[in-house]
Amino acid sequence: MNYRTRLIHAGRDRDPYTGASSIPIYQTSTFAQADPEHLGHYDYARSDNPTREALEEAIAALEGGARGLAFASGMAAISSVFLLFRPGDHLVVGEAVYGGTYRVLQGLFHQWQLDVSFVDTRDPDAVRRAIRPSTRALFVETPANPLLQITDLRAMAALAAEHGLLSIVDNTFMSPYLQRPIECGFDIVVHSATKFLGGHSDLIAGLVVARTAEVGRRLKTIQNSFGGILGPQDSWLTLRGIKTLGVRMDAQQESADAIARWLREQPAVRRVYYPGLPDHPGREVHFGQASGASAVVSFELADGPAAVAFLKAVHLPLVGVSLGGVETILSYPATMSHASVPRAERQARGISDGLVRLSVGLEDAEDLIADLRDAFG
Amino acid sequence: MTAPLAIETQLAQAGCRRDPRTGALSAPIYQTASFAHPALGQSTGFDYSRTSNPTRLALEETLAAAEAGHRGFAFASGLAAIDTVLRLLEAGSRVVVTEDLYGGTFRLFEKAARSFGIEALYVDTSDTEAVRRALKEPGVRALFIESPTNPLLKIANLPVLIALARGVGAVTIVDNTFLTPCRQRPLDLGADLVVYSATKYLSGHNDVVAGAVVARTSEWSERIAFLQNAVGAVLGPQDSWLALRGLKTLPLRLKQQEENAGRIAEWLSRHPRVKSVYYPGLPGHPGHDTLKSQASGFGAMIAFEVEDAARVPAILEGVRVFLFAESLGGVESLITYPRVQTHADMASAVLDRLGIGPGLLRLSVGIENVADLIRDLENVL
Repeated sequence: MNYRTRLIHAGRDRDPYTGASSIPIYQTSTFAQADPEHLGHYDYARSDNPTREALEEAIAALEGGARGLAFASGMAAISSVFLLFRPGDHLVVGEAVYGGTYRVLQGLFHQWQLDVSFVDTRDPDAVRRAIRPSTRALFVETPANPLLQITDLRAMAALAAEHGLLSIVDNTFMSPYLQRPIECGFDIVVHSATKFLGGHSDLIAGLVVARTAEVGRRLKTIQNSFGGILGPQDSWLTLRGIKTLGVRMDAQQESADAIARWLREQPAVRRVYYPGLPDHPGREVHFGQASGASAVVSFELADGPAAVAFLKAVHLPLVGVSLGGVETILSYPATMSHASVPRAERQARGISDGLVRLSVGLEDAEDLIADLRDAFG
Repeated sequence: MTAPLAIETQLAQAGCRRDPRTGALSAPIYQTASFAHPALGQSTGFDYSRTSNPTRLALEETLAAAEAGHRGFAFASGLAAIDTVLRLLEAGSRVVVTEDLYGGTFRLFEKAARSFGIEALYVDTSDTEAVRRALKEPGVRALFIESPTNPLLKIANLPVLIALARGVGAVTIVDNTFLTPCRQRPLDLGADLVVYSATKYLSGHNDVVAGAVVARTSEWSERIAFLQNAVGAVLGPQDSWLALRGLKTLPLRLKQQEENAGRIAEWLSRHPRVKSVYYPGLPGHPGHDTLKSQASGFGAMIAFEVEDAARVPAILEGVRVFLFAESLGGVESLITYPRVQTHADMASAVLDRLGIGPGLLRLSVGIENVADLIRDLENVL
C-alpha cells in the first residue's frame, strides 16, 4: 500500500462495532467486566483504552514496528524509554538532542546514576570511542535540533548491534512519512507527536515504537506502571492529525525549501541550515535514509540583538515554542528549546545567540517570504 | 429488575452499558460523520450521524427513560428543539402560547414561525379560563405551555390545560426547562411533547448549549424523528456526551439548588428593599398549591422586584458571588436583568403589562453555600 494510503488506513481504520469511520473517543476510566475471574482485554484505562490503542496500532504500522505506545508528551515518551535502564548503566547520546532530553538526562536520570556521554553522532568513530562496557544504549536525533545535523542511521544501528546496545532515535523532525529508522535497523523510535504527527498545534503527545515485541512488552510494562499515558481526547486528535500528515508534510516541505533558498540570498542572513539545500553537510546521508528534508529551517543572523529585533518584527509566523504545526512558528533556541543547555555549552555546539528556527506551516510561501522580507527591514 | 428504577438511579448510570464490546462505563464519544456498512443493503444500525449517532442516542434514550416517554431527541439548542416541534404545524395553524415565556421562544414565534404562517395567541396560562377561551379560537392546533414561566414563575394547571387541549384536538407541548423530569413529568400528566433547553439544569454546568424533545407516543416519535433528520439541527457527539455527564448529577444539583433557593426566597421576602418575591415555593405564591399537586419540588429560579429600580445597575455591578450573566440552571448562581437581557425582544408596553418591570431581577440559584449567597445579596441590597 502506498504510504499516503497507509496514513489514512493504518491500524484500525473504523470502529468494529458500529462501522464508524472515526474511532470513538472512549472517555472512560474503567470497563465493566463480564466475568469476575477472567478480566476482559480492557479493564482500566491506564492499562488499555480503545482510542489510545487505535493510535498505538497506527503508529506501530506507520513506523514498521511491532508495538506502539502513546504517552502524555514527547518527554513522557522519552523518559519512559529511559526507565528501561538501571543505575550504573551508561548511554551514548547525541550532543545535539532536544533541550528537554538533555535536561531530563542531566537533571533527573543523572541523580539515579544513569551515566551519559554526549557525543557528536555525525562521527561514528566518536560514538565508537564513547562506548564502554557499561554502555546499554545509543540515542540519536537526526536531523538534530536546531542545526539539522545529519546522523547516519544505518551506521549507528550497526554500531549498536555490534556492541549489543539498544538503538533509540528521536524521529520527531521527520515523522515516519519521510524517515523510518526501524527499516534502518533501529530498536526504538520516539516522537513528540505534538509536532508533525498531531500537526495542528492543538495537543501535547508522545509516541514510542518498538521494533520487536519483546522490547514492546518491556515498554508496555513501564507505560502501565509509570502511567504517563495519553488521554482519549488527545489520542483521537492525534489520529485525526495523522490522516493529513502526508499532504501537510508535502506542502510544508515545498514552502520550506523555497524559503531556505530565498533566505540564503538575504544579506542579513549569515547562514542557513536546511537538509534540502544542495550544500547542506550530510545531505547525501540524509537522502539515503529519508525521502524529504521536512519543514524546519534554521538560520543565523548577526547577533542576539539582531535576532530579537527580527523576532519582534515578523507578523505572520507565530513567535513561540514548538514546531510542525499548520501555522508557521518562529522560535529562538537560545531562550526557548535550548534554554536548559548552559550558554557556553550552547555556543560550543554552534547554537549562537543570533540563531532562529523557522517551522514552516501551510501559509502561502510568497506571503511568508514577503513577511520575512519586511521583518529584515 | 421489574420495578421501574428511580430517576436518581437511571441518571447516575446515564450512558453506562452502552458498549458491550469493551464494557466502557462511560459512553464512547462517536466523533464520526459516517459509518461503514458491513455489506450492500446492510447497516450496523448507524449510517450517518445526522440520522443517528451512538453517543447522541445514549443521551436520547436516557432522556426518554427519565421522562417515561416513548423516545427522546437531542438538538443543537433549546430553540432548535422548539423550532423542530413547531414544524409539526401547517401554515395557518395557531398556537396558544404562555404569554410571559422565554424571550427566545417569543422571538422564534414572532420572527421565524410567523413568516411560515404560524400565529401565536398569547395568554396567561395560569388563568385556566383564559386558556379555555383561546383554545376555542379558529385554527388552534397546539398549546405551548411554559410552567413555571420565565421570569415571573407563574404556574399553569397542567392536567386541566392538557385535557382542555385534547378536547379541541390540539397537541400539547410543555417547556419543562425550569423543573426537569426530576420535579415535573408533563408526559405523565398527558402532554404529547416535552421540550427542554438542556443547556440549563439537565447539563447544569454552563458548558454546553443543547436542546431536547421527548415524545409520549410512537406516533409523535416518528414525526419528530423525521423532522430531526430532515431539518438536521442535531446535537454533536461531544456535547451529547457532556450533557450525559451532566445528567448524572442532576438530582443532587437540583436538590441543593432548590434548598438554597427556598432559603434565599424566604430571606428576600423579609427584606425591606424588596417589593415582591416570585418563588412558587413560598406559601403566598398564587401557584403554590397547583405546583405542589403536579410537581415534586419548586425549582431554583427566583424573581424579585426591588423597591428602587434605579439601584439595579449598582446591584448588578456589586455582586461578588452571583455572576451577572444570562442563562440559568448551572451550578454557579447567576443574576439576570430580564427587561434588558432575556426578554429584550418584547416591546416595553408588553413587558409592563406582564409585570417584567425595570426593577425586576431574576436569580438562578446554584450550589454554592447559601450563607455566602445571602451575604452577597445583603451587601448589594
